[in-house]
This record gives sequence, structure tokens and C-alpha cells, in this order.
Amino acid sequence: MRLGLRKKKLIARGVYHLFTLLFALVMIYPVVWMIMGSFKSTSEIFQNPEALLPTTFSFINYKVGWQGFAGYTFGLFFKNSFIIAGLSTLGAAISSALIGYGFARCDFKFKGFWFACMLLSMMLPFQMIMIPQYILFNKMGWVGSYLPIIVPQFFGQGFFIFLNVQFIKGIPVDLDEAARIDGCTIYTILPRIILPLIKPSLVTSAIFSFMWRWDDFLSPLIYLSDPLTYPVSYALKMFSDPTAGSDWGAMFAMATLSLLPIFIIFLTMQKYLVEGIASTGIKG
Amino acid sequence: MVLSKKVKPLKKRTTLARKLNTPQVAGYVFILPFIIGFLVFLALPILLSFVFSFTDYNILQSPEFAGLKNYKNMFTADPKFWKVFGVTFYYVIFSVPLRLMMALAVAMLLVKNTKLSQFYRSVLYLPSIIGSSVAIAILWKRLFASDGVINGILGFFGLDSQIPWLGRSDTAIWTLIILSVWQFGSSMLIFLSGLKQIPVALYEAAKVDGATGVQNFFKITLPMLTPTIFFNLINQLINGFMAFTQSYIITQGKPRDSTLFYTVYMYQNSFTYNKMGYGSAMAWFMIIIVGLITLFLFKTQKYWVYYEAEG
Repeated sequence: MRLGLRKKKLIARGVYHLFTLLFALVMIYPVVWMIMGSFKSTSEIFQNPEALLPTTFSFINYKVGWQGFAGYTFGLFFKNSFIIAGLSTLGAAISSALIGYGFARCDFKFKGFWFACMLLSMMLPFQMIMIPQYILFNKMGWVGSYLPIIVPQFFGQGFFIFLNVQFIKGIPVDLDEAARIDGCTIYTILPRIILPLIKPSLVTSAIFSFMWRWDDFLSPLIYLSDPLTYPVSYALKMFSDPTAGSDWGAMFAMATLSLLPIFIIFLTMQKYLVEGIASTGIKG
Repeated sequence: MVLSKKVKPLKKRTTLARKLNTPQVAGYVFILPFIIGFLVFLALPILLSFVFSFTDYNILQSPEFAGLKNYKNMFTADPKFWKVFGVTFYYVIFSVPLRLMMALAVAMLLVKNTKLSQFYRSVLYLPSIIGSSVAIAILWKRLFASDGVINGILGFFGLDSQIPWLGRSDTAIWTLIILSVWQFGSSMLIFLSGLKQIPVALYEAAKVDGATGVQNFFKITLPMLTPTIFFNLINQLINGFMAFTQSYIITQGKPRDSTLFYTVYMYQNSFTYNKMGYGSAMAWFMIIIVGLITLFLFKTQKYWVYYEAEG
């Protein structure tokens, strides 16, 4: 007997969901496994690596891991990360909005040239300039402090400038002109008209900036040497060195905690993340 | 002439405030932070690094001119240089196309709108958000350890569960490639938005002509997506060549430098052995390689990237 069209459709849908769901679960499995591992004892992680759920949920790894190393707790490392990522984000989001406004709404000489420079700065990776930048900051006496990591953020970041330019260009110029008739200048139009309207691009740049700075490992590796100043990313690496092979439970606990801010942003700000990626094609 | 002379004193009276209000000046006021940042943190360092690449520089003493020594050593006397270049190239050549193919395949799967689409999209996007963190690098070490999760699962299914993934040079690099492919999420989102912009009319016309699904894919979907693929490809290639954390934390280049990435070796030279000149030469070599590849892609895009007629 031939199946009815409706039945066929239903089966096709079932197969689709079964396949997609299974695929999604496989992809997310490692992360879930790590989170579950943070509640297991280290011996359990080793004895039954394929198991997902812990036999008993225990928070002891968090307690042990939080103690950190060299006499510094993870509380300090989290505080450092929040300072670095917070200030960097503030600087990057505000400066990029101002610069984006300049590019989007003003016509000036050599604009094309500077815009090309901006695109170039987007393409040129940090790894390629880290050596001379280090030499520069070393000469300035900044090495060992947060300044080399935070200060450059206050001069605009290519991706975020680009994002703001795109966004501001989408706002009708009529609004600016109406405001000008009412006595606004180029400078007052920005806070009164533009800023309230570009909230999405501001938020998008802020969350990407925060996530990138939070995850950043290379710049702390180069610039910081005192454990007192370590952010979580770098501290986690240091934490994993002496304990490698011994206390994986504690390491998973701290690794999970280090991802918590990212998880929270991911869950609450997903709309901005998706739109930011779709509209500029920036990496996540 | 007379007229312009008459106008001049009037112009002099224009106040600074008024001048600041012209788009000419205001534009520069707004982008000034960018100009300063670009010159100080980017243009100057990149030029300096070009100069340093011709010197011996250990940062404690002032640089000493060494001519082409660094480049000569790099190309002829340092077998490790070619080794890390080859390793990085291998990593890029496999991880980038695989990641893009994965992203496209999953995007095509998720383009269908169902009640669960949002959920699938979130779950599959997450790895690319957290994938480059230290936390995931540490996790990866445990996943692929000889007594780790992957072997555990293989053993569970009765397969060979004694593979030392991180200990063999032919498998260790693939743990890093898999980590990169796993982070297909953001490319997937870009493809998804690209797919949604393909006019439905094209598929409808193809249906009338009796086209199959495979034909649809190669004749409509793929050509219409080439601008997106092109953009993604350039982005990912650059990122691929710059990969650092994975190699530095997960494998530390082991075994026998088979996973030692270019940037890690450059870092070691500059910051561990204090050979800033040599490191700068390495950086410049990479800039040129990446620049040439980008240029090549831009030059050849007219043969394979399809742009809709636009003004």
C-alpha cells in the first residue's frame, strides 16, 4: 500500500529532526561533558571517560579550583579579567561609534584613503604586529601593566567601526537635516539623533569586544608576568601546567566558570550576536 | 580677483567654532582617534618591524644592522622554519575548506524553517563562540588523551581504543584541525543569511524546467553564494595562518614539532630566545605570503565569484 502524502511528509519531518537533533547533540557533547566533568571526582573522569553524568554531583572541584595557585585565588583572576575586558569594551565601543559616525556622515578630504586604512587594519592580524608593538610598549615602560592591552582599544577597532558605518548609513539623512534646521550641529546630532538609534550596533560591538578580550590569551601571555595581574584565560593555562594529569576536576571547574560570562552573553544577547555576524561577516 | 580679495577678510572672521562645524573638519575630528591609533599602533610598528627584520635585536641592547642575515638563516639554515611553515600550511589547507563545507552543509540543513530551527542554530553556533578559549583548549587535551573521551567512546563501541591521538605526528595535527572545523558556527550563520537572500523565483523556475536537487545546488545555490564563500574564505585563511592558542596549549608543538604552528615558533624566537630581529623577519614573510594569497583570490574572483549585475 502506498503511504498517504501526509504520512510521508510526517516521516520526512521526523527523520529531519532526528538527524539534526542528533548532530547538534554530538557537536555540543564535549562542552556538556566538560561541565559534567566539573562535578565529578578526578578519578571518575579517568575511569569512565565516556560517561556523561557524574555518579554524585559534588562541588568540591569548584572549592579546590577556586584556591588558584601561587597564593592567588580565581576571585582575583576574575576581577582582573573584568577590568581588562570591561575597560577595553568601553573604549572600543565608544571610539568606534564616534569614528563610524565621522566616516558615515561627513565628507572630508582623503576619506577614501582613511577608509581603506580602516579596512586594512581589519585584515591585519595582531600576531603580525605583536613583536614591534611589544618593543614599542617596552620602550614606553608599559610592559607588565594592562596599558598595552587596553589603550589601543580606545582608538577604534576596524570591525566595530565598519559595523557602525553600515548601521549609521541605514539611518535616513533627512533626520540629520531636520535636526540641523532645528539648530543642531554635526556634534550635537550625534548624541541627540544618531546615538539613540544605533543602540544595536553599539551593543553588538560591545558584546563582541567583551568576548574577544575575555578569551584573549596571546596579549596577556606577552605583556603580563606577575600572577597578581593575570586574567582568567592566562591563569587557567598556568593553573593547568603544574596540575596537568593530576587535578582535572578542578581544572574543568575553573574552565567552566571561565566560560560562564560567555554563556550568559550567548543566552541573553543572541539576537545581537547573530545580526552582527550576518551583517558584517565577522568571526565569532 | 578683486572680488576674492574683498571676501578674504570676511573669511578671517569666521570663528574656529564655525570651521569646526564644516563636514571637512568635523570628519577629521571624529576619525582622529582612528588616525592616531592607526599610525601609532599599526603603521609605525609594521614599519619598525620591517627595519628590525634586517637587524640582530635582543631588546636589551640596541639593534645591530645585520643585512639579510635573518632572511638567509630563515630560508637556508633553519630547517625548523620550513617545518613550521609546512605544518601551518597543512593545517590551513585542510581546516579552512572543511570548516566552510561543514558550515555550508549545516546551513542548508537549517535553512528550513521549523519550530526547532532557533534551537538548532544556537546549539551549533555555540562552539564557534567559545572554541578559541583556553578552557576549550584544555578540554581538547582531555578529549584526545590516550585515556580520554574519544578513546572511551571508541572502546564503548568495541573499536580500537588505544590510539594515542596526541602522541602520533599524523594524528596530533588532526585534533587541531577537528577543533577548527568544530567552530563552523559563525560561517554557518553567514551562509544562512546568504541562503535566505537567494530569490525563491530561481528555484521555482528551475522546478518548472524539471531540475533535480543536485542541479539546483550546483546551478543556483552555489553560484549565488560565491560572494559569501569568497569573503569567508579570505577571512578564514588569514585566521588559519594566525592560529596560535591551539598549538601553544593543546599540543605544544608535540610530537616532534608536527603541530608547531608558525605563530608559535615566531613567538618562541621573539620572546623565549629574544631574537626580535628574526621574529620580525618571520612576521614579514607571513605578511607577504598572506598578502599574495589574498591578492591571488581577488585577481581570480572574476572566474568563479558570481556578482549580480549592480550599478
